[in-house]
Amino acid sequence: MISNFIDGILQYHFLQNALITSTVIGIVAGAVGCFIILRGMSLMGDAISHAVLPGIAISFILGFNYFVGAIALGLIASFIITFISNNSKIKNDAAIGITFSSFLALGVILIGVANSSTDLFHILFGNVLAVQDFDKWLTIAIAIIVLIILFIFFKPLLITSFDPNMAKAFGMKVNNYHYLLMILLTLVSVTAMQSVGTILIVAMLITPASTAYLYTNRLSSMIFLASFLGGITSIIGLFIGYSFNIAVGSCIVLTSALIFLISFFISPKQGYFKRKVVSS
Amino acid sequence: MIAVENLSVTYDGRTNAVEKVNFTFEEPSIVGILGPNGAGKSTLIKGMLKLIPSEGQTYYNDVLLKKVQRKVAYVEQKSAIDYTFPITVKDCVSLGLYPSGKLFKKISNEDWKKVDNALEKVKMIDFKNKQIGALSGGQFQRVLMARTLVQQADLIFLDEPFVGIDAVSEKIIMEILFEFRNQGKTIFIVHHDLGKVKDYFDKLILMNHHLVTYGDTEDVFVDKNLIATYGDSIIVKGGEEK
Repeated sequence: MISNFIDGILQYHFLQNALITSTVIGIVAGAVGCFIILRGMSLMGDAISHAVLPGIAISFILGFNYFVGAIALGLIASFIITFISNNSKIKNDAAIGITFSSFLALGVILIGVANSSTDLFHILFGNVLAVQDFDKWLTIAIAIIVLIILFIFFKPLLITSFDPNMAKAFGMKVNNYHYLLMILLTLVSVTAMQSVGTILIVAMLITPASTAYLYTNRLSSMIFLASFLGGITSIIGLFIGYSFNIAVGSCIVLTSALIFLISFFISPKQGYFKRKVVSS
Repeated sequence: MIAVENLSVTYDGRTNAVEKVNFTFEEPSIVGILGPNGAGKSTLIKGMLKLIPSEGQTYYNDVLLKKVQRKVAYVEQKSAIDYTFPITVKDCVSLGLYPSGKLFKKISNEDWKKVDNALEKVKMIDFKNKQIGALSGGQFQRVLMARTLVQQADLIFLDEPFVGIDAVSEKIIMEILFEFRNQGKTIFIVHHDLGKVKDYFDKLILMNHHLVTYGDTEDVFVDKNLIATYGDSIIVKGGEEK
């Protein structure tokens, strides 16, 4: 089975594209995901990934590359959510719920109106085996940009995540870093859509990061581990999906979830078993 | 010198959490902010620092506090900080280097030495590579104190630093605060235990949404003012808040 997969990779260009694209997405989503979970913004990740759908439809209607519309609508959604929760008594989770469900509904209608050859199912659940060369290179370029930004802004992002009031007290513009992260989140969501689809993007962001969180004591090691896990689960998921001819995106998500589940029981920090032993 | 002019904080545009507070302290001192629960003590310092929207201004040596923010250190209530955050003691202390322009630079060996020295001072050097979640409340407060040492701020704001900490930690922290004061810094401390007020604070601010009074501890810390702040039911003789 493994040799079959390796043969496939050597033989088929579409499988090479799928492997490279999904691995790159796993790496970058894992890294950004660390900041998302530490800031308690997992739902925000979910919202933005759903909100890109109408953007894709609009791009089809107007004849752009779908990245353009998706990124624009993702950013609009994140601004709307932040605006609602900052300027009313509505809590953040409710603001997120209202916004992303509306965007998703709008997206479904617009995809129907656009009447394009693109299958709604593929947008919702991903179709990494159909990734074109251009999208692969675009994904790589976006991933490199996002990782460079994370590297440059590592310390500001660290302090605004850990102790935002200390940062604000000595004069940092804490809100700007919130929006920077929203932009990165949108970029990653749009690329991750190819491998797991809009519905499951949030899993790419938060599952590897949560697993890494169980093992590490420092943010930098958490980011490296999350990226590694994101990359490796993408490869394993692709292998399973290809070998058994089942949905690749779902295989990636479930592989990631399985690693989390095992870690939940054995990791030193969580120490579920360890605690059981101590308390018994 | 530090001066606060007409500082007000409102929630929902209606209730006044802090009402038109004015005070001036000329000399470097350790200032205790006292008042009953919900009196707006934490809100006062957050308003001074503009962490929350507030009216009125704070001046440090006649300059708007906003213009000299790099000289400000703020330590939030321990309970507001995420203990599970993946950060080690040493990295947590190194955050104190950020205000002096280290946000985008690699931390030099010389700076790491400062971090070590600060940790030695609060007797936490043995914990340097531990994650903060492994510390007790008192140990964590000492780490936050080390961060303030590294920061070399001139104005220090501490919100309830002595809640839930052990006597040893409290002593270590007070020694550092006295040293800060002697170096010419001013420290504001939100505090609610009336027991050691006379030992700890040079000056006091008594408040209950509005300012009751402020000044030297020996002048301010008297029955009349405490009753005005806390109400008749306070038992002053035992030195305990009822």
